[in-house]
Amino acid sequence: MNLWEYIQSRQELLEFEFLQHASMIFQCLVVATVVGVAVGVATYRYPPIATFATSTAGVIFTIPALALLGLLIVPLGLGVAPTVTALVLYGLLPIVRNTIVGLQGVDRVLVDAARGIGMSRPRILLRVELPMAWPVILTGIRVSTQLTMGIGAIAAYASGPGLGDQIFSGLSRIGGAGALESVIAGILGVVVLALIFDAVFVLIGRFTTSRGIRV
Amino acid sequence: MSETVTDKGTTGVPIELENVTKRYSASSTGLAAVDDLTMSIPAGKIVVLLGPSGCGKTTTMRLINRLIEPTSGRIMIGDTDARAQEPNELRRGIGYVIQQAGLFPHMTVGTNISQVPQMLGWDKQRITTRVDELLDLVGLDSGQFRDRYPRQLSGGQQQRVGVARALAADPSVLLMDEPFGALDPITRERLQDELLRLQEELGKTIVFVTHDIDEALRIGDQIAILDKGSRIAQYASPAEILANPASEYVEQFIGSGSAMRLLNFAKVADVELGQVAEVAPGDEVTRVRETIAGADTAYALVVDAGRRPTGWVTSETIDGRDGTAGELSAPIETTIPARATLQEAMEGLLHAEYDVVPVTKANGEYLGVVSLGTIQQELSDLKERQKARRQERVSAGGDSA
Repeated sequence: MNLWEYIQSRQELLEFEFLQHASMIFQCLVVATVVGVAVGVATYRYPPIATFATSTAGVIFTIPALALLGLLIVPLGLGVAPTVTALVLYGLLPIVRNTIVGLQGVDRVLVDAARGIGMSRPRILLRVELPMAWPVILTGIRVSTQLTMGIGAIAAYASGPGLGDQIFSGLSRIGGAGALESVIAGILGVVVLALIFDAVFVLIGRFTTSRGIRV
Repeated sequence: MSETVTDKGTTGVPIELENVTKRYSASSTGLAAVDDLTMSIPAGKIVVLLGPSGCGKTTTMRLINRLIEPTSGRIMIGDTDARAQEPNELRRGIGYVIQQAGLFPHMTVGTNISQVPQMLGWDKQRITTRVDELLDLVGLDSGQFRDRYPRQLSGGQQQRVGVARALAADPSVLLMDEPFGALDPITRERLQDELLRLQEELGKTIVFVTHDIDEALRIGDQIAILDKGSRIAQYASPAEILANPASEYVEQFIGSGSAMRLLNFAKVADVELGQVAEVAPGDEVTRVRETIAGADTAYALVVDAGRRPTGWVTSETIDGRDGTAGELSAPIETTIPARATLQEAMEGLLHAEYDVVPVTKANGEYLGVVSLGTIQQELSDLKERQKARRQERVSAGGDSA
């Protein structure tokens, strides 16, 4: 049985797992983006707290994915809960860091001009700082996507959803019929999905970044 | 529409700073950035805060729109205490222009300009009309520039947009913090001239911060030369500062060549203009003769109903002739605007058909006359005063020795 035959014979399952993986990553990203940008916005004006936020996210980042998943099984059990938690935690760092860096990087002169013409604090954030920092924040979300895409596959270790199942079940019976094909199909699926997500981000970037600051 | 820019005359309000102090360190002994400053800024005038960096001039300006809160003292803008208003609301009513314009790069020119009207809740149609009107006012074609982004504009164009943004809601006060500092000399001079032209039309109260004495002399109706702690070393008109520097500090600031500077910067409006006999265009020749006979000159100026000078009549040209003053007068080709510098006035005088030339306001209204003698007198006065000051200083130095 070659790879093509394997994929054809399990088309339905593979399609389901592919979409499941995509949906898992997407939902985790949405949560990570909301939380990450919120943490960034809440802390960027207070450098010590901003540093604390970034380094906390950095510490989470250094925990091996497998170990974190293992640890999360204890309080959360198997399946979706530990997977989503782990993915969101990993996805946070690039978003928090880029939000802080992006917001801190907005020219102080512009903020002064905004205050000078009578913009309120929330308005300055929404109208000036966030749009100016947006390309940097978006890059953070993109990096986050790439990261969680791979880690999402490992989630199968905690019986999580997605293409990880193909990889792990294949690896566990390697040498058996179709085992290698299963692993490769899973990996291919993750790679294709990553490329699709990245292309989508390029498009989002084009449509949501002002022409005035596009590089 | 009361907020249109076509309104002539003064729309500005006076600003009073009363015993204003700003300290950055909490201790009351710490050096104050602004130390007990009291000054009044007249309505509709350009007042320049001039001083070396670190003298507190920018801090002083930022106190007015409360970008910096004073430690003590009171600031009155028109009839209201600046502190009685919510800071953001206060700032929406005060135009603010900074160096390099401070335009938002992610917004188009039009959106940049419409920020304050948007906050004030104007409707879309009114904002669009206003944006076009403002671009026109600052000399940019609205069709061409409205949808451009700041980075597609030159420095000078950006600063024009900056001025348009500040004027958007027709504020009565404009704060300008070294607005032309980053521009090349030619563009700077052009924008200075245009600011003066705009000001003649708008009559705002403008507080203008600069460290450039030439810019201050060119722009200012009044100049406040500031020393450390925003202490006023001298607060007077450019001509007065050039002619009578109040202290050695001021003199150092002006530097050498004050006679040339006087010619370059003192405005015709600042010198004492001569007055001549006036007749109306409809006056009969007998009436004109009487007027000339009653004056100590052999000529009279024909001034029409709109107070515009239209021609000269001399006792020779009307001798033995009939008709009205208007018919008999020799038309005036050269007038000198009150805004002109003495140097420009001199040039005008050299090319004029008569030795005496009428001075007019921007709208053409007659103010008085100027001649080479007037300017010469001004220069010799300056020389006299300088000599007197030098002697004073020598004798003062001798006393203390």
